[in-house]
Amino acid sequence: MATNSYKDDEKQVEQSKAKTLGRLFKYLLDYKFKITIVLISMVYAIVISLINPLIMAEAIDNCVRKGNYNRLMLMLGIALVLNVLVVLVVKLRMYIMAKVCNDIIMKIRQQLYTHIQTLDFQFFDSRPTGKILSRIIGDINSLKDVLNNCVTSFIPDGVTIIAVMIIMFIKNPILAASALCMTPFMIGGIIFLEIKAHPRWQLFRKKSSNLNAFVHEDMAGIRVIQSFAAEKETEDTFDGLIDEHRKAFLSAVRLSDGFGSIIDISWGIGTLCMYFVGIVILGVDKVSIGTFVAFSSYMGMFWSPMFNLSNFYNQVVTNIAGAERVFEILDTPSKIVDVDGVTDIPEIKGNVKFDNVSFSYEEGVKVLDNVSFDIKPGETIALVGATGAGKSTIVNLISRFYDVQEGKVSVDGYDITKVSIESLRSQMGIMTQDNFLFTGTIKENIRYGKLDATDDEIIAAAKAVKAHDFIMKLENGYDTVLAERGGNLSIGQKQLLAFARTMVCNPRILILDEATSSIDTNTERLVQHGIEELLKGRTSFVIAHRLSTIQKADRIFVVEDGCIVEEGNVKELLDKHGAYYRLHMAQAI
Amino acid sequence: MKKISSYIWKYKWNYVIALFSLFAAVSLDMLSPQLTRRVVDDVIVGGNMGELKYLLLGFFLVGAGRCLFQYLKEYNFDNVGNKISASIRKDLFVHIQKLSADFFDKNNTGELMARIKDDVDHIWDALGFVGMLLIEVTYHTFIIIVCMARINVLLTLVPLLAMICCATIAIVMERKLDKVYGDISEENAVLNTVAEENLAGVRTVKAFAREKFEISKFLSHNKKYYELNMTQSKVFVRYYPYINLITKVVPLLVILCGGVIVINNKMTIGDLTAFLEYSMNICWPLEMLGWLTNSFSSAVASNRKIKKIFNENSSISECEAPISADNIKGDIVFDNVSFHKEDGYMILKNIDFKIQAGKTLGIMGATGAGKTSIVQLLERMYDVTDGAIYVDGTDIRKLSLQGLRSAISFVTQDVFLFSDTIGENIKLGQKLTIDLSDIKRASKAAQAKSFIEKMEGKYDTVIGERGVGLSGGQKQRISIARAFAKKTPILVLDDSTSALDMETEREIEHTLDAMTETTKIIIAHRISAVKNADEIIFLEDGRIAERGTHQSLLERKGLYYQTYLVQTGQAD
Repeated sequence: MATNSYKDDEKQVEQSKAKTLGRLFKYLLDYKFKITIVLISMVYAIVISLINPLIMAEAIDNCVRKGNYNRLMLMLGIALVLNVLVVLVVKLRMYIMAKVCNDIIMKIRQQLYTHIQTLDFQFFDSRPTGKILSRIIGDINSLKDVLNNCVTSFIPDGVTIIAVMIIMFIKNPILAASALCMTPFMIGGIIFLEIKAHPRWQLFRKKSSNLNAFVHEDMAGIRVIQSFAAEKETEDTFDGLIDEHRKAFLSAVRLSDGFGSIIDISWGIGTLCMYFVGIVILGVDKVSIGTFVAFSSYMGMFWSPMFNLSNFYNQVVTNIAGAERVFEILDTPSKIVDVDGVTDIPEIKGNVKFDNVSFSYEEGVKVLDNVSFDIKPGETIALVGATGAGKSTIVNLISRFYDVQEGKVSVDGYDITKVSIESLRSQMGIMTQDNFLFTGTIKENIRYGKLDATDDEIIAAAKAVKAHDFIMKLENGYDTVLAERGGNLSIGQKQLLAFARTMVCNPRILILDEATSSIDTNTERLVQHGIEELLKGRTSFVIAHRLSTIQKADRIFVVEDGCIVEEGNVKELLDKHGAYYRLHMAQAI
Repeated sequence: MKKISSYIWKYKWNYVIALFSLFAAVSLDMLSPQLTRRVVDDVIVGGNMGELKYLLLGFFLVGAGRCLFQYLKEYNFDNVGNKISASIRKDLFVHIQKLSADFFDKNNTGELMARIKDDVDHIWDALGFVGMLLIEVTYHTFIIIVCMARINVLLTLVPLLAMICCATIAIVMERKLDKVYGDISEENAVLNTVAEENLAGVRTVKAFAREKFEISKFLSHNKKYYELNMTQSKVFVRYYPYINLITKVVPLLVILCGGVIVINNKMTIGDLTAFLEYSMNICWPLEMLGWLTNSFSSAVASNRKIKKIFNENSSISECEAPISADNIKGDIVFDNVSFHKEDGYMILKNIDFKIQAGKTLGIMGATGAGKTSIVQLLERMYDVTDGAIYVDGTDIRKLSLQGLRSAISFVTQDVFLFSDTIGENIKLGQKLTIDLSDIKRASKAAQAKSFIEKMEGKYDTVIGERGVGLSGGQKQRISIARAFAKKTPILVLDDSTSALDMETEREIEHTLDAMTETTKIIIAHRISAVKNADEIIFLEDGRIAERGTHQSLLERKGLYYQTYLVQTGQAD
């Protein structure tokens, strides 16, 4: 899969809009009871709004005209009570709707986030972080109003429009037909606009996502940018992205703003037709003045909710692109998942076996080619070789970050694809090349390796990897709050903390991928002594470029172009005068 | 920061067109009932058929005019809101980029993203459609009040009073909502930060099988965000119905008061009916006021967050009339430099060294000894607390920042690459001057050429953010190539070959040795990387513990010598 950058728009599989909408509204079905209450309360409000004019007419005609104070007060009193009740009902309705909508938004967001956690590295590697983020935050937020208005606008306005239409046709079918003659035109026009506008709103969301991706990279890499005095360049890039974002919006609203215009012109021409047909064709004597007056007010009752509906429709068109983006991720299958009916792997003894394993990240480019080995519990294996030879890939397969395409990886005789991922990884201590530290205290970061670790365990782990001394030198010791990514520590210190985090989980299999590359030689030696005790009897894999750090390994695998070309202990390999020997000679100072 | 009003002023003509369209559309709206009245009175009742065609034309024109002006109004408000928000976003971005390292130590990426994206979006709404509707509602109400006053001035007091009540409620509600929206904006930033860290650290999350932990961490913030949104809804639900109630009571009061006036023969019943119709017509604008206040509060709260960032100043500033640093040769002097953090935590103490142009300084020392800080001071990411740093004899605080940093290429320990092509990544900082032959030359020198050219897209291959998809060693070589491509007088390598195998590293060292014109600072843990340096300093706890050449340091039999023994396998 090609890698997406902040400059490229994301590709999207076309989904039918009805399906997306249906899926969104399915969430509303979980709240049937609440939504029923909302609908009932809306019926009540509509009924009262119909009664109101009657009461007022009664008040004017029978009370004011006749000067009947008492009856006037009575009528107004009744109206007041009814309307206060309406307000209470409105209050209830608004509260329930707010709860339902916020609830659904929270639910979708959590669903999305949970799903993302199960996705494989390919997903994360092929797109910028900022783009995934913009789906979790922005795209989901955009759905809130759609959900709300779908209940509070779509249903009542739809009902009103249909009711008004029926009344008009009962009163005078010909007049009604001429008054509403523009409706097909209007519907056609709106659908036409929608079809044209939808791809533009999709583009707008993509541009917005590009912008987010770039801002993310810029803020994350600000130190590099400032160091290369590249602010002017990034400003220009940002300018370009903003411009695209702005233009995408304009091109979309240029169409969407037309929704209101279509209704306006339909309303105007409809009124014209009604009077023309009523007066010229039917004749004044056939249609009473009252009918004309009634029809002109029906027109208002028909077109105002039509405005609301078109606004709602517009909103759907604008925001459905967000829903599509959210559902797209939810529909991305997770590749590395537990198969049905997995069992937990029992406490690992430490046998690791590769049977003819081949692997490629991208089709056609083999990174590992037919690799086999069998490691006894307690062995320390060192992997050496040039950068890009496939060392990290081997350890990535042991921890099942990727699934092999050919062959089999097993631990203690269990095929690792048949046991639960959590039981497997939680018994492994994996230190990758990028040691990500979270915002929080030092203690919290070490505890990440074992969530229920006591303070003593944390300190013991820190002592073992020689991180304790520098931690204690900090003003707040273990409670020192780290800046983002541990920005207030040196890289070597970060590595030590990550190391402590790995050690605290007391792993059955330890994988150290360049774990001490940024640590000075003396500290490194101390660390090695420190963990020796802890590692007794544990299987461990060590990837290192400094051969001095792997002298004590039981076996050394020399990896070249995806194959293990030599293996043996230091002495055997040196005697061989092969690949290892060359590496060794290159390191002589 | 420029005030919002100055942005508005900048686009005043857009607003003028937008407002004109708005007034035209609303005025046409008012014309419609007049036409209806004429049709009924003159044509149907009066039988004046000749007038009909003009009236029908009138209906068409009103429809067409509304169609046109509504569109112009909406489009222009969208357009101008969009333009202003783009300007604010740009200004905010430029401002943030200028801030110094200490700001970024305190503010998380996710948070800054939320400010640039979501908070500016809220302001956009306020300047666009929310602003438009506010003006429309005000104008609409104004016209109706005038019409009412023409019927009966005294009775107009009723809707006026109602309006004052509604406005008061709106103001009180705005105050309350403002605070909630401030919290929401803050929590939105936190949510962004939590998700951002999770995504950026996904390898660590998976390595520890901590997905469940991460999900529950997110859930707690997701819930908090939900609760704040509910708080907002509760405030809104508390106040909005009062506005709703007032709009319902106004017609009743009009009938009551109007009724009394009519009964006392001060007004006709027809006038009361007309008045009543008008008072129904101000209901929706007043109800709308509640919704608009809501959106407006959100924008006000976001504006405050943004202003706070605009008020941050970079702690690294250029002096007045900085010296442009165009032809730097590369003499570097650290004159008794000390540096401690704001909290007093000592990083460097009495650092003193000179490097002549073209010479090499090696820096070694324990983890956390202050090696990287020396370079950060040289680049003015932070300013020295004591002493001074001179480049070509000039105090770096007197040089232009841009000039100083452009003269130094810094290969950081922590590789950062953009999700862009390899070529663009190598060009960073001098996109206009570096061409493909420079890129190839630099890649070759950094031992990156062969693996890059093996890729399908070669230098146009898009790499993921932070270079994911590449091995650690490959990333490091691209970042070295990025520095080599600049041909700057000063080159700094901060432990930047740690992920390379020895043979590759050796090749790069040869390249460095051949760069005799360039002043080099090499920070390393391996003796082999620094042994050819003209001077080597060995740091311990922020001080220079040992200094000299490779030979003299070996003879000294101190820290350097011990490291040497370990690395050559001679230590016990």
